[in-house]
Amino acid sequence: MTKGRETICRALDIHKTYWRGKVAVQALRGVTLEIRTNDYVSIMGASGSGKSTLIHILSCLDTPTKGEYFLEDKLVSSYTDAELAGARNMFFGFVFQSFSLLPRLTAIDNVALPLVYAGVKKRDRNQRSAEILKKIGLGDRINHRPNEMSGGECQRVAIARALVNTPKVIFADEPTGNLDSKTGSEIMEIFDRIVEEGNTVVMVTHDSNVASHAKKIVSLKDGLIDGE
Amino acid sequence: MVNDVLNKISLSVQTFRTHRLRSFLTALGIIIGVSTVIAILSLIEGLNRSVAEQIQSIGSDLVFLSKSPIVLAGPQNIEEIANRPDLTPDDALAISELPSVEIAIPDISQRLNKLKYRDKEIANVRIRGTTEKFSSVNNRFIESGRDFTKDDVTHRRSVCAIGSYVAKNLFPDESPVGKELNVRGHRIKIIGVHREKGAFLGQSMDNMLVIPYTFYEKIYPSRGESVFERAFFGYSIDIKPKKGQVERVTDEVRELMRRRHRLPFDKKDDFELGTQQMLMEIYQNITRVGFIAIVAIAAISLVVGGIGIMNIMLVSVAERTREIGIRKAVGASNQNILSQFLVESVFLALVGGVIGILLGLLLAWLISIVSPLKASVSFWMVLLGFGFSAAVGIFFGIYPARRAAGLNPIEALRYE
Ligand SMILES: Nc1ncnc2c1ncn2[C@@H]1O[C@H](COP(=O)(O)OP(=O)(O)O)[C@@H](O)[C@H]1O
Ligand SMILES: [Mg+2]
Repeated sequence: MTKGRETICRALDIHKTYWRGKVAVQALRGVTLEIRTNDYVSIMGASGSGKSTLIHILSCLDTPTKGEYFLEDKLVSSYTDAELAGARNMFFGFVFQSFSLLPRLTAIDNVALPLVYAGVKKRDRNQRSAEILKKIGLGDRINHRPNEMSGGECQRVAIARALVNTPKVIFADEPTGNLDSKTGSEIMEIFDRIVEEGNTVVMVTHDSNVASHAKKIVSLKDGLIDGE
Repeated sequence: MVNDVLNKISLSVQTFRTHRLRSFLTALGIIIGVSTVIAILSLIEGLNRSVAEQIQSIGSDLVFLSKSPIVLAGPQNIEEIANRPDLTPDDALAISELPSVEIAIPDISQRLNKLKYRDKEIANVRIRGTTEKFSSVNNRFIESGRDFTKDDVTHRRSVCAIGSYVAKNLFPDESPVGKELNVRGHRIKIIGVHREKGAFLGQSMDNMLVIPYTFYEKIYPSRGESVFERAFFGYSIDIKPKKGQVERVTDEVRELMRRRHRLPFDKKDDFELGTQQMLMEIYQNITRVGFIAIVAIAAISLVVGGIGIMNIMLVSVAERTREIGIRKAVGASNQNILSQFLVESVFLALVGGVIGILLGLLLAWLISIVSPLKASVSFWMVLLGFGFSAAVGIFFGIYPARRAAGLNPIEALRYE
């Protein structure tokens, strides 16, 4: 592990229990993890091992049942709703397996969405979003809607959206899971480049080819880390 | 901040556009409610105005003495009223001698089904027998010709002053002054035309012939002997008090009339005294019923409209669960989502409100064209319509909006 890099996220003994009626499902059973600037982490594990649950908690989309999670030394459980929303907005970008774009918005408006909630003016929003779309190779798709684009293009729009507000960590939950292998490797190249530019990426996958891009692999089994 | 609100409004417009029919149907409750209220309010306001104008044009606080009550309140014994002594011009004379009275005139009238002049004909003309002081009691002015005089009254001259409606409709192209009308076989010479008075409670005050009461008695030697005719077809007396003496007038007239009718102290009055104040009160009671009806209509339709909005907003929240999840995932706070949905429901309600206001104005306008009612629109009604629909939007939008805001982003994203 490279020393001297700043710690962004620190998760201590994180548990997450879901309730299905009266049956408790222990998705996480005590995970401890640190993410530092410019990390490129891959979280691997079988389906149902708790990978998604873990990065949802890391990205403040969900809260742990037990355990402590610090964002730059601040305890997340003390955050108000507005602070959590702020963290999702400015600290993190998230790329979902299913793209999760708003179907009625154009590519540029989808990318600009985090900036809307960051209170950026429309002109700046458009300028920044257009720039990043160009960089990611979608300069000619700016005014297309999701149903007018291929899966790979949609995922690139989603990556642009995750990057637009210059977050400290970009999370991706099986970003290539819905794509054919060629498109998938194109997407992986984008992630590699993002990390080269100094960004921090945490990616969930169950594909070891995909995971091999990362500098660090965390493998999960039944809600516990069984290898790094 | 302004930016933010504009954003949300434009989002609402988008949603409205995508679901045009659905949104319109949802707004229908509000549209119906607001338009009914606006239409009725402006008609009542129009009525109020013309009544107020009328009362102002009569000018003073008149006191009316009559044999029968102005409005029959509840079951009253018509037989008893019919058996009361008739009021007479002599009574008017005696009343005019009272210290608090400025003028008192006898006033008797009938409705003529038809009145003809050559090939022209009008209906429902009121023929009114009174004295030369009629114009000053009622603030009427002669526009052309002259009023009849005391002399005309004493000599039972067959002369009349006509209202402007009669003049306009029977004599569209010529001066009526000097022409003769025929009423029940009597020829009456027109000597003057009254200035236009307008309508009172939808009735034209200009469709009228004013003649000396002495001559009226010649045209109608008896008023008929049926109970109804005896009860309602006699003289009444219009009294104009001296300045500030309305209260005293009623007391003095009551005392005088009881004496003239030789009523023992333990018997009730056998006449009715009314003031313009009382007329106003009766009128206000009628409009109050209208107001209560409006409040009820408004309340019901706004509640129905509001429930419609709540329903459609709940559907909308369910349909857009994924969208809410996505927005939250990229940084929308509960507050952001709440206000977005609230702006949307208020927008929906306001669209209904605006359409309702326009429709209501149109309705009032149509009614005032096809009926004698007048509509009068004030700015406060428009504001009221606006305010009410906004309030409905907020009140019924808050629950769906809170439901949207409270969604867990992960569960919302998983929703299909
Ligand atoms: N909302 C939920 N309610 C109940 N159980 C859940 C919920 N989300 C996840 N789980 C369960 O938690 C475990 C971990 O799920 P997840 O983190 O999605 O795994 P992975 O992403 O590794 O496939 C699984 O057994 C899953 O069924
Ligand atoms: Mg998963």
